[in-house]
Amino acid sequence: MALRVEHELHKRRFGRNLGVGLLLVGFVAIVFGLTVVKVQNTGFVEGYDHVARPALIPDEGGN
Amino acid sequence: MTDATQNIGTTAGEGQFGDYWALLKPRVMSLVVFTAAVGVFVAPVSVHPFIAMVSILFIALGGGASGALNMWYDHDIDTIMKRTANRPVPSGKVAPGEALTLGLWLSFISVTMLGLASNWVAAGLLAFTIFFYAVVYTMWLKRWTPQNIVIGGAAGAFPPMIGWAVATGGVSLESVLLFCLVFMWTPPHFWALALFMNNDYTNAGVPMLTVTHGKRETRKQIFIYAVLLAPLAIGAAFTSIGGWIYLTAALYLNAKFVWGAWKLWQREEADAEADIYTAEKAYFRFSLVYLFASFSALLLQAVWVKAGMGAW
Repeated sequence: MALRVEHELHKRRFGRNLGVGLLLVGFVAIVFGLTVVKVQNTGFVEGYDHVARPALIPDEGGN
Repeated sequence: MTDATQNIGTTAGEGQFGDYWALLKPRVMSLVVFTAAVGVFVAPVSVHPFIAMVSILFIALGGGASGALNMWYDHDIDTIMKRTANRPVPSGKVAPGEALTLGLWLSFISVTMLGLASNWVAAGLLAFTIFFYAVVYTMWLKRWTPQNIVIGGAAGAFPPMIGWAVATGGVSLESVLLFCLVFMWTPPHFWALALFMNNDYTNAGVPMLTVTHGKRETRKQIFIYAVLLAPLAIGAAFTSIGGWIYLTAALYLNAKFVWGAWKLWQREEADAEADIYTAEKAYFRFSLVYLFASFSALLLQAVWVKAGMGAW
Protein backbone atom coordinates (compact mmCIF):
# COMPACT_ATOMS: atom_id res chain seq x y z
CA MET A 1 0.00 0.00 0.00
CA ALA A 2 1.36 3.36 -0.95
CA LEU A 3 2.13 5.75 1.84
CA ARG A 4 -0.53 8.45 1.82
CA VAL A 5 1.02 11.54 3.33
CA GLU A 6 -1.99 13.77 2.82
CA HIS A 7 -4.67 12.47 5.15
CA GLU A 8 -8.17 13.88 4.87
CA LEU A 9 -7.64 15.28 8.35
CA HIS A 10 -4.79 17.45 7.10
CA LYS A 11 -7.01 19.04 4.48
CA ARG A 12 -9.81 19.60 6.96
CA ARG A 13 -7.55 21.20 9.51
CA PHE A 14 -5.41 23.15 7.06
CA GLY A 15 -7.09 26.48 7.77
CA ARG A 16 -6.84 25.99 11.49
CA ASN A 17 -3.20 24.94 11.38
CA LEU A 18 -2.31 27.77 9.04
CA GLY A 19 -4.00 30.26 11.37
CA VAL A 20 -2.15 28.93 14.43
CA GLY A 21 1.12 28.92 12.49
CA LEU A 22 0.70 32.54 11.41
CA LEU A 23 -0.18 33.54 14.96
CA LEU A 24 2.97 31.90 16.27
CA VAL A 25 5.08 33.66 13.65
CA GLY A 26 3.40 36.92 14.61
CA PHE A 27 4.09 36.27 18.29
CA VAL A 28 7.77 35.63 17.60
CA ALA A 29 7.93 38.85 15.56
CA ILE A 30 6.33 40.78 18.45
CA VAL A 31 8.76 39.38 21.02
CA PHE A 32 11.69 40.15 18.70
CA GLY A 33 10.41 43.68 18.05
CA LEU A 34 9.89 44.29 21.76
CA THR A 35 13.42 43.10 22.49
CA VAL A 36 14.89 45.46 19.91
CA VAL A 37 12.87 48.45 21.18
CA LYS A 38 13.59 47.72 24.85
CA VAL A 39 17.32 47.33 24.24
CA GLN A 40 17.42 50.54 22.21
CA ASN A 41 15.56 52.41 24.96
CA THR A 42 17.94 51.13 27.63
CA GLY A 43 20.71 53.30 26.21
CA PHE A 44 24.43 52.66 26.29
CA VAL A 45 25.37 49.58 28.31
CA GLU A 46 28.95 49.35 29.63
CA GLY A 47 30.12 45.76 29.82
CA TYR A 48 32.44 44.32 32.45
CA ASP A 49 35.86 44.12 30.88
CA HIS A 50 37.98 42.54 33.68
CA VAL A 51 39.66 45.86 34.34
CA ALA A 52 39.29 47.68 37.64
CA ARG A 53 37.33 50.89 37.15
CA PRO A 54 37.78 53.45 39.92
CA ALA A 55 34.59 55.18 38.88
CA LEU A 56 32.58 52.22 40.22
CA ILE A 57 34.21 52.25 43.68
CA PRO A 58 32.06 54.11 46.27
CA ASP A 59 33.56 57.32 47.45
CA GLU A 60 34.20 57.00 51.23
CA GLY A 61 36.04 60.24 51.73
CA GLY A 62 33.00 62.43 51.49
CA ASN A 63 34.43 64.28 48.47
CA MET B 1 -8.07 1.67 8.93
CA THR B 2 -7.28 1.60 12.62
CA ASP B 3 -9.42 2.80 15.51
CA ALA B 4 -7.11 5.76 15.87
CA THR B 5 -7.69 7.00 12.34
CA GLN B 6 -11.41 6.50 12.78
CA ASN B 7 -11.33 8.72 15.85
CA ILE B 8 -9.36 11.56 14.31
CA GLY B 9 -11.56 11.39 11.24
CA THR B 10 -14.58 12.49 13.23
CA THR B 11 -15.84 15.84 11.98
CA ALA B 12 -18.67 16.50 14.44
CA GLY B 13 -18.03 19.53 16.60
CA GLU B 14 -14.72 20.40 14.99
CA GLY B 15 -14.25 24.14 14.96
CA GLN B 16 -12.41 26.05 12.26
CA PHE B 17 -10.04 28.92 12.95
CA GLY B 18 -12.87 31.41 12.52
CA ASP B 19 -14.90 29.69 15.23
CA TYR B 20 -12.12 30.11 17.77
CA TRP B 21 -11.72 33.70 16.62
CA ALA B 22 -15.46 34.24 17.20
CA LEU B 23 -14.99 33.05 20.81
CA LEU B 24 -12.98 36.21 21.42
CA LYS B 25 -15.96 38.46 20.50
CA PRO B 26 -14.17 40.43 17.74
CA ARG B 27 -16.70 43.26 17.75
CA VAL B 28 -16.14 43.88 21.46
CA MET B 29 -12.41 43.60 20.84
CA SER B 30 -12.59 46.33 18.20
CA LEU B 31 -14.17 48.65 20.78
CA VAL B 32 -11.47 47.68 23.27
CA VAL B 33 -8.75 48.43 20.72
CA PHE B 34 -10.23 51.82 19.96
CA THR B 35 -10.83 52.99 23.55
CA ALA B 36 -7.47 51.63 24.77
CA ALA B 37 -5.69 53.34 21.87
CA VAL B 38 -7.34 56.65 22.79
CA GLY B 39 -6.26 56.08 26.41
CA VAL B 40 -2.65 55.64 25.30
CA PHE B 41 -2.67 58.54 22.88
CA VAL B 42 -4.31 61.21 25.03
CA ALA B 43 -1.97 60.50 27.97
CA PRO B 44 0.63 63.20 28.68
CA VAL B 45 3.53 60.72 28.37
CA SER B 46 4.56 59.57 24.91
CA VAL B 47 5.10 55.86 24.29
CA HIS B 48 7.24 54.22 21.64
CA PRO B 49 4.85 53.45 18.75
CA PHE B 50 5.75 49.75 18.70
CA ILE B 51 5.25 49.37 22.45
CA ALA B 52 1.94 51.24 22.19
CA MET B 53 0.78 48.98 19.35
CA VAL B 54 1.80 45.77 21.10
CA SER B 55 0.24 46.91 24.39
CA ILE B 56 -3.07 47.68 22.69
CA LEU B 57 -2.91 44.29 20.98
CA PHE B 58 -2.52 42.48 24.30
CA ILE B 59 -5.21 44.57 25.98
CA ALA B 60 -7.51 43.46 23.15
CA LEU B 61 -6.35 39.86 23.57
CA GLY B 62 -7.18 40.07 27.28
CA GLY B 63 -10.64 41.33 26.31
CA GLY B 64 -10.93 38.40 23.91
CA ALA B 65 -9.88 35.98 26.64
CA SER B 66 -12.65 37.21 28.92
CA GLY B 67 -15.06 36.82 25.99
CA ALA B 68 -14.03 33.16 25.61
CA LEU B 69 -14.48 32.57 29.35
CA ASN B 70 -17.89 34.23 29.13
CA MET B 71 -18.91 31.95 26.24
CA TRP B 72 -17.72 28.89 28.16
CA TYR B 73 -19.77 29.72 31.24
CA ASP B 74 -22.85 31.05 29.44
CA HIS B 75 -23.22 28.35 26.80
CA ASP B 76 -26.37 27.03 28.49
CA ILE B 77 -28.25 30.34 28.22
CA ASP B 78 -26.63 31.25 24.88
CA THR B 79 -28.39 28.21 23.43
CA ILE B 80 -31.76 29.61 24.48
CA MET B 81 -31.29 33.19 23.29
CA LYS B 82 -31.86 33.88 19.59
CA ARG B 83 -29.14 36.57 19.56
CA THR B 84 -26.48 34.16 20.84
CA ALA B 85 -27.62 30.74 19.60
CA ASN B 86 -25.16 30.79 16.70
CA ARG B 87 -22.10 31.36 18.87
CA PRO B 88 -19.42 28.65 18.50
CA VAL B 89 -20.18 26.79 21.74
CA PRO B 90 -24.01 26.62 21.63
CA SER B 91 -23.87 25.75 17.91
CA GLY B 92 -21.61 22.78 18.73
CA LYS B 93 -18.59 23.92 16.73
CA VAL B 94 -16.37 24.35 19.78
CA ALA B 95 -16.56 22.29 22.99
CA PRO B 96 -17.12 24.26 26.24
CA GLY B 97 -13.85 22.87 27.64
CA GLU B 98 -11.94 24.23 24.65
CA ALA B 99 -13.41 27.69 25.21
CA LEU B 100 -12.34 27.52 28.87
CA THR B 101 -8.81 26.39 28.02
CA LEU B 102 -8.43 29.05 25.34
CA GLY B 103 -9.76 31.75 27.68
CA LEU B 104 -7.42 30.81 30.51
CA TRP B 105 -4.32 30.59 28.32
CA LEU B 106 -5.03 33.83 26.52
CA SER B 107 -5.62 35.54 29.88
CA PHE B 108 -2.21 34.38 31.08
CA ILE B 109 -0.44 35.32 27.84
CA SER B 110 -2.09 38.74 27.50
CA VAL B 111 -1.43 39.82 31.11
CA THR B 112 2.16 38.56 31.10
CA MET B 113 2.97 40.12 27.73
CA LEU B 114 1.35 43.44 28.64
CA GLY B 115 3.41 43.53 31.83
CA LEU B 116 6.61 42.82 29.91
CA ALA B 117 5.80 45.22 27.09
CA SER B 118 4.65 48.19 29.19
CA ASN B 119 4.36 48.01 32.97
CA TRP B 120 2.78 45.89 35.72
CA VAL B 121 0.21 48.49 36.73
CA ALA B 122 -1.37 48.16 33.28
CA ALA B 123 -1.02 44.36 33.46
CA GLY B 124 -2.62 44.29 36.90
CA LEU B 125 -5.55 46.37 35.64
CA LEU B 126 -5.95 43.99 32.70
CA ALA B 127 -5.91 40.94 35.01
CA PHE B 128 -8.55 42.61 37.19
CA THR B 129 -10.65 43.42 34.11
CA ILE B 130 -10.62 39.78 32.97
CA PHE B 131 -11.48 38.62 36.48
CA PHE B 132 -14.25 41.21 36.75
CA TYR B 133 -15.86 40.25 33.44
CA ALA B 134 -15.48 36.49 33.72
CA VAL B 135 -16.17 36.00 37.43
CA VAL B 136 -17.93 39.05 38.88
CA TYR B 137 -20.15 39.78 35.87
CA THR B 138 -20.58 36.46 34.05
CA MET B 139 -20.64 34.00 36.96
CA TRP B 140 -22.10 36.16 39.67
CA LEU B 141 -24.03 39.28 38.69
CA LYS B 142 -25.51 38.40 35.31
CA ARG B 143 -27.91 35.75 36.56
CA TRP B 144 -28.50 37.27 39.99
CA THR B 145 -29.36 40.96 39.83
CA PRO B 146 -30.99 43.40 37.39
CA GLN B 147 -28.02 45.67 38.17
CA ASN B 148 -25.89 43.12 36.27
CA ILE B 149 -24.88 45.33 33.39
CA VAL B 150 -24.51 48.43 35.58
CA ILE B 151 -21.74 46.90 37.69
CA GLY B 152 -20.55 44.50 35.00
CA GLY B 153 -20.16 47.46 32.67
CA ALA B 154 -17.00 48.30 34.60
CA ALA B 155 -15.23 45.53 32.71
CA GLY B 156 -15.82 47.32 29.42
CA ALA B 157 -14.81 50.64 30.96
CA PHE B 158 -11.32 49.58 31.98
CA PRO B 159 -9.55 49.49 28.54
CA PRO B 160 -9.03 53.29 28.21
CA MET B 161 -7.79 53.33 31.80
CA ILE B 162 -5.38 50.49 31.00
CA GLY B 163 -4.24 52.40 27.90
CA TRP B 164 -3.56 55.46 30.06
CA ALA B 165 -1.62 53.24 32.52
CA VAL B 166 0.48 51.87 29.64
CA ALA B 167 1.69 55.42 29.00
CA THR B 168 1.85 56.85 32.51
CA GLY B 169 2.27 53.78 34.71
CA GLY B 170 -0.58 54.92 36.94
CA VAL B 171 -4.14 56.16 37.36
CA SER B 172 -5.27 59.79 37.43
CA LEU B 173 -8.40 61.95 37.28
CA GLU B 174 -8.38 61.88 33.48
CA SER B 175 -8.24 58.10 33.28
CA VAL B 176 -10.99 57.81 35.90
CA LEU B 177 -13.15 60.10 33.72
CA LEU B 178 -12.42 57.94 30.66
CA PHE B 179 -13.55 54.97 32.75
CA CYS B 180 -16.69 56.82 33.86
CA LEU B 181 -17.55 57.73 30.29
CA VAL B 182 -17.85 54.07 29.27
CA PHE B 183 -19.19 52.92 32.65
CA MET B 184 -22.14 55.34 32.69
CA TRP B 185 -22.79 54.85 28.99
CA THR B 186 -23.16 51.06 29.31
CA PRO B 187 -26.57 50.89 31.08
CA PRO B 188 -28.45 53.10 28.58
CA HIS B 189 -26.77 51.22 25.73
CA PHE B 190 -27.68 47.72 26.93
CA TRP B 191 -31.10 48.61 28.30
CA ALA B 192 -32.05 50.14 24.95
CA LEU B 193 -31.10 46.77 23.43
CA ALA B 194 -33.04 44.91 26.13
CA LEU B 195 -36.17 46.93 25.33
CA PHE B 196 -36.46 45.27 21.92
CA MET B 197 -34.72 41.96 22.75
CA ASN B 198 -36.71 41.38 25.95
CA ASN B 199 -38.03 37.93 25.02
CA ASP B 200 -34.51 36.56 24.75
CA TYR B 201 -33.66 37.51 28.31
CA THR B 202 -37.04 36.37 29.64
CA ASN B 203 -36.66 32.93 28.03
CA ALA B 204 -33.12 32.54 29.34
CA GLY B 205 -34.09 33.66 32.85
CA VAL B 206 -31.54 36.47 32.85
CA PRO B 207 -32.80 39.14 35.29
CA MET B 208 -32.43 42.13 32.99
CA LEU B 209 -34.14 45.25 34.25
CA THR B 210 -36.79 44.85 31.54
CA VAL B 211 -37.63 41.41 32.93
CA THR B 212 -37.61 42.21 36.65
CA HIS B 213 -38.94 45.79 36.72
CA GLY B 214 -40.68 46.16 33.37
CA LYS B 215 -40.04 48.37 30.38
CA ARG B 216 -41.51 51.54 31.92
CA GLU B 217 -38.93 51.47 34.72
CA THR B 218 -36.17 50.59 32.22
CA ARG B 219 -37.03 53.66 30.13
CA LYS B 220 -36.81 55.81 33.26
CA GLN B 221 -33.44 54.32 34.23
CA ILE B 222 -32.06 54.92 30.73
CA PHE B 223 -32.92 58.60 31.14
CA ILE B 224 -31.40 58.77 34.66
CA TYR B 225 -28.11 57.26 33.50
CA ALA B 226 -27.99 59.49 30.41
CA VAL B 227 -28.41 62.52 32.70
CA LEU B 228 -25.72 61.26 35.10
CA LEU B 229 -23.37 60.58 32.20
CA ALA B 230 -23.59 64.11 30.76
CA PRO B 231 -21.71 66.07 33.47
CA LEU B 232 -18.96 63.45 33.61
CA ALA B 233 -18.52 63.44 29.84
CA ILE B 234 -18.64 67.23 29.58
CA GLY B 235 -16.49 67.59 32.71
CA ALA B 236 -13.66 65.73 30.99
CA ALA B 237 -13.40 68.71 28.64
CA PHE B 238 -12.02 70.79 31.53
CA THR B 239 -9.15 68.43 32.36
CA SER B 240 -5.79 68.06 30.65
CA ILE B 241 -7.28 65.82 27.95
CA GLY B 242 -10.01 68.32 27.07
CA GLY B 243 -10.26 71.39 24.92
CA TRP B 244 -12.72 73.24 22.76
CA ILE B 245 -12.92 70.47 20.12
CA TYR B 246 -13.92 67.87 22.68
CA LEU B 247 -16.17 70.30 24.55
CA THR B 248 -18.11 71.11 21.38
CA ALA B 249 -18.54 67.42 20.57
CA ALA B 250 -19.45 66.50 24.16
CA LEU B 251 -22.08 69.23 24.41
CA TYR B 252 -23.75 68.14 21.18
CA LEU B 253 -23.53 64.38 21.81
CA ASN B 254 -24.74 64.55 25.40
CA ALA B 255 -27.60 66.89 24.58
CA LYS B 256 -28.73 64.44 21.90
CA PHE B 257 -28.20 61.41 24.17
CA VAL B 258 -30.23 62.92 27.03
CA TRP B 259 -32.96 64.20 24.71
CA GLY B 260 -33.23 60.78 23.06
CA ALA B 261 -33.49 59.13 26.48
CA TRP B 262 -36.20 61.61 27.50
CA LYS B 263 -38.20 60.79 24.36
CA LEU B 264 -37.82 57.04 25.05
CA TRP B 265 -39.11 57.54 28.59
CA GLN B 266 -42.15 59.44 27.32
CA ARG B 267 -43.00 56.73 24.81
CA GLU B 268 -45.89 54.41 25.48
CA GLU B 269 -45.24 50.69 25.19
CA ALA B 270 -48.17 50.28 22.79
CA ASP B 271 -46.63 52.83 20.42
CA ALA B 272 -43.27 51.06 20.61
CA GLU B 273 -44.85 47.70 19.80
CA ALA B 274 -46.84 49.24 16.96
CA ASP B 275 -43.75 50.50 15.15
CA ILE B 276 -41.59 47.49 16.12
CA TYR B 277 -39.40 49.49 18.53
CA THR B 278 -38.07 51.81 15.82
CA ALA B 279 -37.12 54.58 18.27
CA GLU B 280 -35.48 52.13 20.68
CA LYS B 281 -33.41 50.60 17.88
CA ALA B 282 -32.42 54.07 16.69
CA TYR B 283 -31.39 55.05 20.24
CA PHE B 284 -29.33 51.85 20.54
CA ARG B 285 -27.56 52.66 17.27
CA PHE B 286 -26.97 56.25 18.35
CA SER B 287 -25.45 55.02 21.64
CA LEU B 288 -22.74 53.33 19.57
CA VAL B 289 -22.18 56.52 17.59
CA TYR B 290 -22.07 58.48 20.87
CA LEU B 291 -19.21 56.45 22.30
CA PHE B 292 -17.25 56.31 19.07
CA ALA B 293 -17.67 60.06 18.47
CA SER B 294 -16.77 60.96 22.07
CA PHE B 295 -13.50 59.04 21.96
CA SER B 296 -12.79 60.28 18.43
CA ALA B 297 -13.19 63.86 19.69
CA LEU B 298 -10.72 63.16 22.50
CA LEU B 299 -8.31 61.73 19.96
CA LEU B 300 -8.73 64.72 17.66
CA GLN B 301 -8.21 67.06 20.61
CA ALA B 302 -4.96 65.28 21.51
CA VAL B 303 -3.74 65.46 17.89
CA TRP B 304 -4.60 69.18 17.87
CA VAL B 305 -2.66 69.83 21.08
CA LYS B 306 0.32 67.66 20.09
CA ALA B 307 0.49 69.48 16.76
CA GLY B 308 1.08 72.63 18.80
CA MET B 309 -2.28 74.21 18.00
CA GLY B 310 -2.92 74.94 21.68
CA ALA B 311 -5.13 73.64 24.47
CA TRP B 312 -7.20 75.50 27.05
